[in-house]
Amino acid sequence: MFSVLTDNWPLFRDGFWLTIRLFLVSGVLSLIIGTVLGAFRVSPVPALRGFGTGYVNILRNTPLTLVFAFLFFGAAKMDLALPNPFWTAVGALTIYTSAFVCEVVRSGVNTIAPGQSEAARAVGMSFFQVLTIVVLPQAFRAIIPPLMSVLIALLKNTTIAAGFSVVEAGSIPAAMSERGENQLVTLLWITIGFLILIVPLIFLQRWAERRTAVA
Amino acid sequence: MSDSDTLTKTGLVTLTGVNKHFGELHVLKDINLSIAKGEVVVVIGPSGSGKSTLCRAINRLEPIDSGDILLDGQALPSEGKALAKLRADVGMVFQSFNLFAHKTILQNVTLGPLKVRKTDPKQAEKRAMELLERVGVANQASKYPAQLSGGQQQRVAIARALAMDPKVILFDEPTSALDPEMIQEVLEVMVDLAKQGMTMVVVTHEMGFARTAANRVVFMAEGEIVEEASPETFFTNPTSRRAQDFLGKILKH
Repeated sequence: MFSVLTDNWPLFRDGFWLTIRLFLVSGVLSLIIGTVLGAFRVSPVPALRGFGTGYVNILRNTPLTLVFAFLFFGAAKMDLALPNPFWTAVGALTIYTSAFVCEVVRSGVNTIAPGQSEAARAVGMSFFQVLTIVVLPQAFRAIIPPLMSVLIALLKNTTIAAGFSVVEAGSIPAAMSERGENQLVTLLWITIGFLILIVPLIFLQRWAERRTAVA
Repeated sequence: MSDSDTLTKTGLVTLTGVNKHFGELHVLKDINLSIAKGEVVVVIGPSGSGKSTLCRAINRLEPIDSGDILLDGQALPSEGKALAKLRADVGMVFQSFNLFAHKTILQNVTLGPLKVRKTDPKQAEKRAMELLERVGVANQASKYPAQLSGGQQQRVAIARALAMDPKVILFDEPTSALDPEMIQEVLEVMVDLAKQGMTMVVVTHEMGFARTAANRVVFMAEGEIVEEASPETFFTNPTSRRAQDFLGKILKH
């Protein structure tokens, strides 16, 4: 059992390292873009609201594999110069995950009593100030658990990149089968690898929930 | 004619032909109202008469369908920076206080000056403490809103409004959510403000406050201003039937 891992250590190490990088980069980008989209969806400007709604409805309902395929193959057909596979995969994951982050942010904003933003507007704050100073800091507490679920889903979704010549952890089984290694043991090790990656996320969630606990 | 002359003539807050619907419901019917600088206008009327909507329309928390609302001679902008700028000059005190739940009492009062007026932090804090002192909750400055009683929270809300040095303060049923024993402490602060010449629009059921502090009582029913008079005239000799009915119901006990 251990030899499967130790004999092929560089393969596992490089695969998971790429998974971690894919996850971190698309995670940060998704949080930023998703929050901006969430702000669009609650903004007083109809055009922005419409854009946010359209984006979420299209991207949330498109299978992730299809988003990958559009970027990797569709873009090539349209003669669009794409960056290397890593960044194209980051693009696909970010475009997709942002839609989910957007909805989590919007649901969090909706948990805040309207009186809070009314009071902020009455003081003379701009929409941006109302959102960033009064609403989002309070909404953050409510969105930590669902946001963590979205991030964990993103971590696992990175394995789809394996199908598009990005050699992350999801591509390990194919390489191992070429080497004639035991498939079941390989899959077990990959599962354990993902569990280990998720542990820090769980602790991050606990820490964030404690930090934002109401006085 | 000097500036102040124009102001007395046009009023600090002027509503002309204001109409507002909530779907089928016509909540504000052709409202004309002018509030002079330093005047305390109390708006009373049965629930559903549109008095809260009127109050909220003055700083456009409630957009109107037609008509004009002028603040200090300026029309209310519909959205964006200009509206925010204008709102900064109009204090608002809500029925349910609406203090920022994640900020301390002191931060609640300094937030507007710091973020909107870009006041120097030291100065904003000094002024906030003075205001909290004035409304009698300075000793609670480092607590969070949820740790204060309703009466204390509402006095903080008044301090928060005052911190912006507003031209007028709108009070939307400021004592309706309070336990009876706390109503007085809030009213005292308001009476004090009125005495110092603050321009106030107060939607309330507190007839005692109307009698002692108001310059004028505006009686609303079914979205209309039915009667306008000095408190003395209104309470002793209401002319309209609806005002007589209303007063009969509330003044019996």
